[in-house]
Amino acid sequence: MSKLPRAAELGLIRCHVCALVCRDTQAPGAACPRCGARLHRRKSASYSRTAALLLAAFILYIPANLLPIMRTASIGEVDDNTIISGVVELWVKGAPDLAIIVFTASIMVPMLKFLVLGLLLVCGKCGSNWAQHQRARLYRLVEFVGYWSMLDVFVVALLTALVRFSVFSSVEPLPGVVFFGLTVVLTMLASMSFDPRLIWDCGCDDE
Amino acid sequence: MSPAPLLICEHCDTVYRRISLARGQVACCARCHFVLERHHRLSANGLLALTATAMVVFIQANTWPIITLGLNGQQSSATLWGTIIAMWQQHAQIVSVLVAATLFFFPLMKMLLFGWVFWFARRGERGPGFRGVMIVLHYLRPWTMSEVFMLGVLVAIVKARAYFEVTADPGVFAYAALTVLITVFAGVDFRQLWDVTAERKP
Repeated sequence: MSKLPRAAELGLIRCHVCALVCRDTQAPGAACPRCGARLHRRKSASYSRTAALLLAAFILYIPANLLPIMRTASIGEVDDNTIISGVVELWVKGAPDLAIIVFTASIMVPMLKFLVLGLLLVCGKCGSNWAQHQRARLYRLVEFVGYWSMLDVFVVALLTALVRFSVFSSVEPLPGVVFFGLTVVLTMLASMSFDPRLIWDCGCDDE
Repeated sequence: MSPAPLLICEHCDTVYRRISLARGQVACCARCHFVLERHHRLSANGLLALTATAMVVFIQANTWPIITLGLNGQQSSATLWGTIIAMWQQHAQIVSVLVAATLFFFPLMKMLLFGWVFWFARRGERGPGFRGVMIVLHYLRPWTMSEVFMLGVLVAIVKARAYFEVTADPGVFAYAALTVLITVFAGVDFRQLWDVTAERKP
């Protein structure tokens, strides 16, 4: 394969909003002639922003898992559910397929995001060109599955609205669900502020 | 207006000469395999029709009840707005705002704005405020979650089934239809509108 030219080498910039190919004038604050967005070769402060958002998400992820996300109350019986106990309940109640989906969305996906973005940050900071293709694929996976973690938040919201039989049975949201919702939003922001082009900036290893 | 001759991969900054794609073809980056460009199956007219359909289904999905529960002869049903209000009243305002934004306001804005740009794109024109609309659409893209809600409804049905009589209401089917439409829209790169439309001649 012949060497593939990169935009930075040719003095070009891709507008991140409208995808127009622009000449890199090196001027500070240059704007895209078509949509007016500020041009930048890489997302600004990508590493520090991603790291900060990821850290914040991780801090919120701890109470999201430890605190109960919803309380089900029926006559004389109060039961607080955490994320993991919700999964176990689904598994026991005879819906193992859905239990796997909820486990994936609520536990696997956030963990995957922490691990993958953490790995991308470390590799990028070290200037390593190790496994670039796999890292690029991991980033796309994280971008693609990221928002599915909101599943549990929506389930709690729906059950709260539905189960309203006064003293007989009711469901109320508990603080865990708020932390979890915020975790998801922060991890989404973190993966958006990571610039995948940084994976390829430490020398491209084209076969 | 012909599209620019060059193309840069969003994920790895590799520069390509643009080639015209035949039906069903997808251009992928040779370095990182990210999708550079797809052939457009639908014209602006088709996309406008699709947006209108999504709008109708969206209204149904939001006004019809989604699920009804029964317990000892009592009934309780919920709509999307019922859910948002319930979360607000139960002291989970942050969640309530998240749900309202990702399931109601953002999808609604997206459809209205899509309708606006496609309406003018039928004649290859850009309507008033085209630039701002396209920028808003760009930032709105990852923040609509109706398809996740669809899955959430299914999980809620299964969870509630253990204790109540559960009836799926028409809202569920509207959500299912909306999920299909969203999947169709996911393959549309609306940024190509920048290339295929031109400023209106005064």
